Amino acid sequence: MLTRWTRLGLVTLTTVILAAAANAAGDPPAPTFSLPARGGSTINLSQYKGQVVMINFWASWCVPCRQEMPLLDSIYKKYKPLGFTLLSVNVEPEQKDAENFLKQTPVTFPVVFDAKSQVSSLYNVQGMPTTVFIDRKGNVRLMHVSYKTGDENLYMDQIRSLLRE
Amino acid sequence: MQLKPSTGRAGRWLAPAALALVSGLYGVASRTDVLPEDRADAQASHYSGGGQDINGLSFLVRKKVGDHVSLSYSHLEDIVSGASIDVRTSGASPYREKRTQDGLTGEFLYGKTTYTLGVTHSYEPDYRSNTGNFGISQSMFGDLTTISMTYRRTWNDVFKMECLIDDKALNYPCVEKVHDPGFGKKDMDERSYGVGLTQILTRNSLIAADLEVITDQGWLSNPYRSVMYADPSGGASLAAEIDPSTRTSNALGLDYKYFLPWRAALDLQYRYFEDTWHIRAHTAQLGYSQPWRSWTFDTSFRFYVQSHADFYSDLFASANQQNFMSRNRELSSFDSLTVGAGASYQFKMPYAPFLSKSTANIRFDHFFFDYKDFRDALLIDPSKGVVAGTEPLYKVQLNVMQLFLSVWY
Amino acid sequence: MSIARRMVGLIAAVGLYLQLCACSPLEPWVKPYERERLADPIMAFDRNPISSAYMDHVFEVRNAARGGNGAAGGGCGCN
Repeated sequence: MLTRWTRLGLVTLTTVILAAAANAAGDPPAPTFSLPARGGSTINLSQYKGQVVMINFWASWCVPCRQEMPLLDSIYKKYKPLGFTLLSVNVEPEQKDAENFLKQTPVTFPVVFDAKSQVSSLYNVQGMPTTVFIDRKGNVRLMHVSYKTGDENLYMDQIRSLLRE
Repeated sequence: MQLKPSTGRAGRWLAPAALALVSGLYGVASRTDVLPEDRADAQASHYSGGGQDINGLSFLVRKKVGDHVSLSYSHLEDIVSGASIDVRTSGASPYREKRTQDGLTGEFLYGKTTYTLGVTHSYEPDYRSNTGNFGISQSMFGDLTTISMTYRRTWNDVFKMECLIDDKALNYPCVEKVHDPGFGKKDMDERSYGVGLTQILTRNSLIAADLEVITDQGWLSNPYRSVMYADPSGGASLAAEIDPSTRTSNALGLDYKYFLPWRAALDLQYRYFEDTWHIRAHTAQLGYSQPWRSWTFDTSFRFYVQSHADFYSDLFASANQQNFMSRNRELSSFDSLTVGAGASYQFKMPYAPFLSKSTANIRFDHFFFDYKDFRDALLIDPSKGVVAGTEPLYKVQLNVMQLFLSVWY
Repeated sequence: MSIARRMVGLIAAVGLYLQLCACSPLEPWVKPYERERLADPIMAFDRNPISSAYMDHVFEVRNAARGGNGAAGGGCGCN
C-alpha cells in the first residue's frame, strides 16, 4: 500500500530514470509490478521475462478501449504460441463495471486490476487507452496512446518485429 | 385593422431563436477531443398555456463517417394553434400555423482540434430563416481544458400575413392568407460570436463558461404586435410597434457539474445578460440527476428575471410619444420560474442487435410567468371602472411535455 | 459592447497562445485514468440534445435573454 508521497517519489524516480535512459543509448526497462488478476490470482510482470509483452491500459467507460478489446483478443490468440503475451490492466477503482463488460465481450488474455492507479502512475499513462510494448529483455520499446481504426495493424507490426529479435 | 399575428413567437424571435437553438443542438463546436456518439432521437412535444397549443415532432440522426468526421441531420415540425394574449389583445382570431426546420452539421476531428460547420433552414408562412455556423474547439492541457470559438450568421426574411377570407364560424377563421403586399419583405440579419471554456476541476467536477455576443440588424419589430395609448374615454387604442433597427447583446453563462458520491449529478447554472436595449436578465438553474437501476430521474428549477427594454411601456400617452415604442411582453419586466421533472428508462431494443443502447424518456416542465409592467388588456373596461393602465398585471402558466426515444448504434 | 468584444478577443488570444506554445508550468491534476466519474453519462452537459434544444427554444421565445449557454465538453477525454 503506497502512500501518496511514496507514489509521487516513485513516479518522479521512474520519470527521471526513463528520461535519463531515453537520453542514454538504449530503451528504458519496464517497471515491474504485481497486481490482482481476474479469477483471484496475482500476476507479476517479471513472470513474463523472455516473452514479448503488450500491456494495454483500459477502462469500461472508455469507448475506444471497448472497441479495441475484441481485436486485442484476436491478436493474443494469433501470437501467443510464438512467445507473446498481452496483459490487460483495468484502471477502474471498482471491478464491477469491468466485469460486466467482460461478460458481454469475453476475452482470453489475462486481465489485472489497478484499482489504486499505482501502475498507471508508474507508467505515466497519458491517455486512454495506452498500449505499451515490452521486448524479451524487459525494456519498453513503444508507448502508443489512443486507439483509432487500423491501429491493430500497427500493434501487429510491432509484435512481429519484437518477436523476430 | 385586422392584425394577424404570427406563430406565437415573441416578435421576431421565434425563427431566429429556433435556429439559434437548433444550431445549438449540434452547431456549437464540440468541446471534447472525441467525436460525439452515433445516435438517433425522435421526440413528440406538447406545449400549452396562455391560450396557445403547440404540438411538435422532431428527429435527429448522427453518424460517424470514418474516424474523423461526424455528420448529423435534424428535422422538426411545430403546429401552433390558438390565440395568445397578444393575438387576442389586437382583436385577431385564433389561427393554426406550421413551422418546419431542417439542419445539417458536420464535425471534423483532427488530433485535438474539432471543426464544426452547420447550416439550418427554418420556414413558416411569414418567416424564413437561414443560418450558417462555424466553430473550432481545442482540447489541451491533458484534455482538462477545452477552448472553443464559434461564429454564426443568420439571414431572415420577414413577411406579414393578410387574411383574404375570414370565416368567423370556424375555429380558425382565417381560411386564406397571403403576404401583405404593403408590408413586402423585410430583412433581419444576425451575427453571433462566442467563446467558451470547459475546465475539469477535480475527478468529480467540471465547469464551463460561455461568452456570447449577438448583433441584430434590420427589421426587428413584430409586424403583428401593437403598442397601446390611452384614449380620453379610459380605454386604449392600438398602433404598430416600432423597435430600433439594431440590437447587440452580451451573455455570460456558467455551468458547474458535480458528481455526488452515491452516483448522482448536481448541475448549477447562472447566466448574466444585457443588451443595447437596456434589458438586463439573470438566469439561475439548479438541476439534479439520480440514476437507479435502469432508470435515471432528473429534476430542475430555473429562475429567470428580466428588466424591461428602455422603449417598452404597457401604456403610452400618445401614438407618437417617442421614436421607438413597444408593448411586447417579452421585452417587459417579469420574473419566471420553471419546474421540471423527467424519467429515462434504458433498455436493449428487442430484435435490433445493431442498437447498443436505447432509452425511453418523458419530461414535464411547468412555467410560471409574473409580469411586472405588462397588463392583461382584455380586462380593460371603463364602464366597470377598469381604465387602461389600471387593469391587473398579466400572469400566465405554461405546461410543456416531451416524450422521446433515443437509440445508439 | 466593445468591452465584451475585447473580452472575447482576449480569451481567444489566450487560447491561441496556449495552443501554439504548448507549454504549461502545471501538470494535469486529473489523470486520464481517473476520469471514470467525468465520463459517466449523468455528468454530460447535454445528455439529451433533442430535448434540451426544444427547451432552449421555448426559453428564447419567451425570454428576451439569448446566448451564453453552449456548454458542452468534459467527459472521458479518450483519444
